[in-house]
Amino acid sequence: MQFDTSELISFMTNWSVIVPAVTTTILMAILAQVLGIVLGLVAALAGRSRNPVIHGISAVYVWFFRGTPVLVQILLLYFGVPVLLGGIDPFPNTYPFLPALISGPFVAAMLALGVNEGAYMSEIIRAGILSVDSGQAEAAKSLGMTPRKTMSRIVLPQAMRVIVPPLGNEFNNMIKTTSLASVITVNELVLIASVRYGATFKPFEPLVGISIYYLAMTTVWGVVQSRIERKFGTGMSRDAEPGVWARLVGVRGGRAWPLGGS
Amino acid sequence: MTTPTGHIHGTDVQVSKDLLGAIGGVPKPSGDIVVDATNVNKWFGKLHVLQDVSLQIKRQEVVVILGPSGSGKTTFIRCVNHLEKIQSGRIFVNGHLIGYREIDGKLVEDKEANIAKQRQEIGMVFQRFNLFPHKTALENIIEAPTQVRGMAKDEALEMGRALLMRVGLAAKETAYPAQLSGGQQQRVAIARALAMKPALMLFDEPTSALDPEMIGEVLEVMKELAREGMTMIVVTHEMGFAREVADRVVMMDEGRVIEQATPEVFFSNPTEERTKSFLAKIL
Repeated sequence: MQFDTSELISFMTNWSVIVPAVTTTILMAILAQVLGIVLGLVAALAGRSRNPVIHGISAVYVWFFRGTPVLVQILLLYFGVPVLLGGIDPFPNTYPFLPALISGPFVAAMLALGVNEGAYMSEIIRAGILSVDSGQAEAAKSLGMTPRKTMSRIVLPQAMRVIVPPLGNEFNNMIKTTSLASVITVNELVLIASVRYGATFKPFEPLVGISIYYLAMTTVWGVVQSRIERKFGTGMSRDAEPGVWARLVGVRGGRAWPLGGS
Repeated sequence: MTTPTGHIHGTDVQVSKDLLGAIGGVPKPSGDIVVDATNVNKWFGKLHVLQDVSLQIKRQEVVVILGPSGSGKTTFIRCVNHLEKIQSGRIFVNGHLIGYREIDGKLVEDKEANIAKQRQEIGMVFQRFNLFPHKTALENIIEAPTQVRGMAKDEALEMGRALLMRVGLAAKETAYPAQLSGGQQQRVAIARALAMKPALMLFDEPTSALDPEMIGEVLEVMKELAREGMTMIVVTHEMGFAREVADRVVMMDEGRVIEQATPEVFFSNPTEERTKSFLAKIL
């Protein structure tokens, strides 16, 4: 059996199938990542709480979602939640008033990926907060700032420099992990590839095709990521050399405030 | 370099004569006693770092705390604005019990919001400056007045610029801390604390992290503050500053206040052996 280049091109340019699948992948990755960041922030702050119940909930959340496979979590959510709700199906194939792309399986997979991501983001944000010199919080407190203001205006903005690089890697991962949603029939790239080779008995070509699309998405994200990192002045001194991507796309660094400045 | 004459740290920095004019004059504490600490005890684990420390500071008084490292002087001033907890005793600032409520004779830590409110009246200057590196000099100064006091931004900017001008940094309002020298950073930090119009200023070894040639400019600002009537507690090793500016010098050793006197008496005729040996080493 030979590699069929015309089959590859035919699959990759079948826009009516490819466009919704790529859109689904991107949309799911973005929504799940945003959910993950929000949950991660909540969990990281809860983990610092003096209240043992709040602290405990955060610890159990991180423990469970980092300790079980995300694929199992997707299946648990999709099949388990309707059982817990006593027959009410929160994940129907279509929702009224929403585009077909936002199906029940899509929502289930997106939620599972987001909740899972939150557990990892919580650790990343926690590390970011710990990286900020304790003198910063003390200075803010000594000026009469409440713990909330101290966190939101002084500590978190500085923690961002440590949070952003791993956050970028998390999103790169998220783009690829959306492929697991195919197991609950979400119409994303892996699913359309398997549908294709189920009919043609030529698995290699569509798999190469979706790999190229994944590569395109992660590569574009890599460029965006380096722009964002530059904006947050990550690990830069005032006269740092622009990075490889920055040179390629002509991005200049934003304002810099090197570590150890105060 | 430190000498009891206090004139060794020359500086070209111009400090305005009317420093407190930028914040509308000397903030008025409510009573004659600004700080009233009685029998304060604190342990770090098994280490008894503050042992029955009692100290009163009157309005417009400048008290310098001296002592060897580990004597508890920094810990004590950090207790005054509740950056450190105490295990027993009472610290009142302007008549408010700091950090705690007293319930049936026992200390119960107060709510964060109340503690934050108490700290608004107490300015603090740190050894390591602790300016916010992601904010410019001017932004550092207006942060607390706008965010904590709810001051209008225009008003805060005007006050911030006035403060920067008076500590000799009018040209640096858009500079980030990393672009300032240590002495400049510390002067911004003092301006930042003053912007909250505190009734009391705490200085925790404010010149210890500075290059020698920058010490003078920071001391100059502190001297001007003292002259204008700010109530201050200063932990420092600058004997010249203590001799020239202090109303009272307090000697701490091993968590206790062992001697206090006017600078004239303290430096020329100390009573405690421990003070004599400390001064012999440092002068």
